[in-house]
Amino acid sequence: MAVSSEVAKRRAGDPPRLEMMGITKQFPGVLANDNISFSVKPGEIHALLGENGAGKSTLVKMIYGIMAPDQGQILWNGELVKVSNPRAARKLGIGMVFQHFSLFEALTVLENIALGLDSKISQRDLEKEIRRVLDLYGLKLDPQRIVSTLSVGERQRIEIVRALLLDPRLLIMDEPTSVLTPQEVEQLFETLRKLAAGGCSILYISHKLHEIIALCDTATILRGGRLVATCDPKEETPKSMAELMIGANLKEIARPAGRGFGPEKFSARGLSLPKHGDFGVALHDISFSVRAGEILGVAGVAGNGQNEFMEALSGERVALNAAAVRLDGIDIGRLGPTQRRALGLCAVPEERNGHAAVADFTLADNSSLTARRRMGFMQGGLISFSRVAAYAERVIKGYSVKALGHYSTAGSLSGGNLQKFIMGREILQEPTALVCSQPTWGVDAGAAGAIRQAIVDLAGRGCAVVVVSQDLDELLEFCDSLVVINLGRLSRVMKVGDVSIDEIGLLMGGVHGDPKATAEMTEQLHAHSA
Amino acid sequence: MRIRLEKRREPSQLMQAITPVAAVVLTMIIGAIIFQLIGYEGPRAVKEIFFTPIFAAYKWSDVARRAAPLILIGLGLCVGNRAKIWNIGAEGQYIVGALSGAGVAYLTQGFTGYWIVPLMILAGVVGGALWAAIPAFLRTRYNVNEILSSLMLVYVAAQLLNYLVTGPWKDPNGHNFPQTAPFTVWQMMPKTILGTPFPPGLFVAFFFVAVFWVVMSRTEYGLAIRVVGDAPKAARYAGFSADRMVWSALMISGAMAGLAGVLEAASQSGQLNLGFPSGYGFTAIIVSFLGRLNPIGVLISGTVLAVTYVGGQVAQSAVHVPSSSAGIFQATMLFLILASDVLVRRRIRFVPAPKQAPVTVIAGAAK
Repeated sequence: MAVSSEVAKRRAGDPPRLEMMGITKQFPGVLANDNISFSVKPGEIHALLGENGAGKSTLVKMIYGIMAPDQGQILWNGELVKVSNPRAARKLGIGMVFQHFSLFEALTVLENIALGLDSKISQRDLEKEIRRVLDLYGLKLDPQRIVSTLSVGERQRIEIVRALLLDPRLLIMDEPTSVLTPQEVEQLFETLRKLAAGGCSILYISHKLHEIIALCDTATILRGGRLVATCDPKEETPKSMAELMIGANLKEIARPAGRGFGPEKFSARGLSLPKHGDFGVALHDISFSVRAGEILGVAGVAGNGQNEFMEALSGERVALNAAAVRLDGIDIGRLGPTQRRALGLCAVPEERNGHAAVADFTLADNSSLTARRRMGFMQGGLISFSRVAAYAERVIKGYSVKALGHYSTAGSLSGGNLQKFIMGREILQEPTALVCSQPTWGVDAGAAGAIRQAIVDLAGRGCAVVVVSQDLDELLEFCDSLVVINLGRLSRVMKVGDVSIDEIGLLMGGVHGDPKATAEMTEQLHAHSA
Repeated sequence: MRIRLEKRREPSQLMQAITPVAAVVLTMIIGAIIFQLIGYEGPRAVKEIFFTPIFAAYKWSDVARRAAPLILIGLGLCVGNRAKIWNIGAEGQYIVGALSGAGVAYLTQGFTGYWIVPLMILAGVVGGALWAAIPAFLRTRYNVNEILSSLMLVYVAAQLLNYLVTGPWKDPNGHNFPQTAPFTVWQMMPKTILGTPFPPGLFVAFFFVAVFWVVMSRTEYGLAIRVVGDAPKAARYAGFSADRMVWSALMISGAMAGLAGVLEAASQSGQLNLGFPSGYGFTAIIVSFLGRLNPIGVLISGTVLAVTYVGGQVAQSAVHVPSSSAGIFQATMLFLILASDVLVRRRIRFVPAPKQAPVTVIAGAAK
C-alpha cells in the first residue's frame, strides 16, 4: 500500500513520459493525423484506440522515428526531442513490438535477437541477458530454439524480449493480441502489468475493447485522424467506447429468429494434404459438414493450417481422393477452382491484394476472375465487356463500394472497400456454399458490420457458409457452429452458445509451447465444470 | 528543393502512351551527343538512322521486310512477357523455324504443287513451337529457369544450322559454300505481293496483330496471361494453371518466331546459309517492351526498330559510323523504356527542402 501511494505521488509530480503536442501528418489525399495532443505518464498503460485508418499507426510511427511529423512537437520526459529514426528512438528508451514480426524462420531465437541489436555483444553475454529478462518477467522462451518451430505467441515473445533488453521506458505494442489464444493474452497482460509496475509506460494499440477495459489506465480514442476523446476505460462500457470510435451507433446484426437448417450441402471427410514447402502446415484428417443456411466458424491462431484449409476447399490444391470434399452430393475433391465454382462453391481467400484480387486490374477485370463462367460473361468464346462491366457495377451498387466505377483499379480502393467488393462479387453469384477467410480483417467497423450482415443474409437464402477467422469474438457473434483448427487438425464441431471461451482457447493450443501451463489450465477448467 | 517520387493511385494511362515516344526521342538526343563526342557527325547520324528510311520511299520496302519478322516475333513475346515467362530464345526458335521449312524444301525437291509452301510454313511454326517446348518442359518438370535454357538453345540452334548447311543439306552445286540448295519456284513465295513494295510477311503480321489484340483483351486466355504475370496467387485462385501458362506462352512465342523464320526463308532469302540469323529474335524483345506488350504498340515499335536497322546501314555508308551503331541505339531505347516505367506508377514532385526543426531542450516544468 505504502509503495503504491508513493508511486502515485511520484507519478503526479514527474513530467509525462511522453507528450505529443499538436501532431499533424498529411499524406497525399488524406490528413492522417490532425493536431493530436496527448500524454503518457510514467508507468501508465495507455490505450490508443481507433478503427483502421484512424491514424494510430501513423502516430506511433512518428513516436518511433519511422516518420517525421509535418507539424507539432514530441516531448520526452519533459524535453523537446526530434526522433529522426528508430535507432534514435531506442536510444531514448522507446521500444516497439510490431504487429507483423520481422524474424528469420531458419535462425534461432538468440540469433534473431542478436541480429536486431544496435550494439555488438557476444552471444554468451546476450544469452545470459536474455535469460535474465525472461526470468524477471516470467516469460517462457528457449533462446536456442529455431524460430520456424515456434508458435506465433512465442514469436511475439521474441519481439517483446528484443524490446525489453534495451530496458525501455516506453513500450509500444501494436495490436499484440490478434494472433494469441485467450490464455496467451492473459499471460501477455501479466507481463505488461509487471512492466508497468516497474515504471515503464506502455502505449497499447488495439481495437479490442474488452481488452482495453481489462488492461489500460487511460484510453485515447482517434477517429479519422482526430482525437475524439480521452477517457478512463474502467468507467466506460465496450459499447460506449465503440460508439466514440466509430462516431455512430452500433448496428446489431439482424438475424431471422428461429431459423432452421436444410440438408447437408458442403462437407469434408478425412481430408489430408501433405505440407507444401518448408514452412507450410499439413492437413490431417479434416472432417466437417455444413447444412444449408448454416454458418460454420473456424477459429484458430494464425499459421495453424488456415491457408492450407482454404486452398484445399477452394480447389487451389486438389485433394488426394475425390470423396474428401463433397458439395451438394457431388464428390469435388479432385476438381480445380473453376470446376468447383461452376458447381456452386465460391471462395474468398484471406489476402485481398494479389490473391482475391489483382491490384492493377480494373474492378471489371477483377469480376472476370471468378464470375466469368457462373455469371455468363462468355459470349461465343469472348468475354463480353458490357456484361462484365454491368456485373461489376451491380456489385459496387449492391455493396456500397466507394469506387468511381467498374474502371477503377482494385489497388485504388481502400482495404474495406475492396473487401466489400470481393465479398459482393462472390455473394452475388448466389453460391451453394461459400468459404471465406478473415472476411473483415483490417476492415473498419462499418464495413465489417455490412460484410457480416451480407454473410448472414446469404446463409438465410440457403447457402452453406464456412468462415475462417482469427477473431473469436466475430465468430461467436454470427456463426451457428464452431470448430477450432490447430496444427492442421480440426476439433469436433461445437454449437455456438454451448461453448466456453476457455475451452476454445485450450483447443486453439492453450499456452503455446508450454505443455505444463496448458495441463494446469485444463485441470482448472475440468474442476470448474465438474 | 527536393525531388520526390510519389506513388500514384492509379497507373497513368497518359504516361503509358507518352513514355515510349519519349524513350525514342531521348535515344536520338543521347545518341547524337555520344556520336558527336566520339568524333562522328552525331546529329547527322541520328538523321540517317531515324529519318532517312522514313522519308526516302525507296527504303520502305527494306523497312517493311525487316518490320515483318520483328512484329511477328514481338507479338509472340508479348504473351510470355505479360505472363512474366521470359523467352529470351526467340532467335533460336526463328532459326529452327526456318530450318524446319528448309527441311520440307529439302524433302520436296523435284515435287511441284501449291501444297509445298503451306507445308513449309506449317513445319516452320511447329518447329519453332517445339524448340520453345524444351525450356517449357525443363521449367515445369525440373524448375529450370527458362531465361537461361531458352537463351542457351539459341546457340544450339545456330550450331544445328551450321551443321546442316555445311553437312547433309549443303547445296551440291554450291561450289562448297555453306548454304542449302536454292528453293524451287514451288517452294518460294513472291518477295513482294499485291502490287505493293511490301513482303507477304508484313500482311501476315497485320493479320496477327488483330488476332493477338482480340486474344489478349477479349478471351479467357488473355485474362489468364495477364493475371499470371501480375499476381500468380490470384491466377491459381481464378483457376488458371501456372504450368499450362508456361507451356502455352513459350510455345506460342516459339510458333510465332518459327513462322517469322520460315517466312523470311521462303519469301526473302530463298535458301539458308550461315548468315541467316540476323538478331531479329533478340531485337523483338525490345519491340515487345517498347510496344508496351500491347499488339498495336508492337506494330508501331516493330516499325520503329526496323527503321533503325535500315537506318543503321544508311548511316554506315553516309556518316561512316560503325555497323553496330544501330544496335547501340536499340539498346539505349530498351534501357530508357524500362527506366521510364517508373513514371507510369509514380509522379515526380518538387517539394521544398524540409525546414530544420529547432531542437531546443526545455526543462521539465515540475522538476
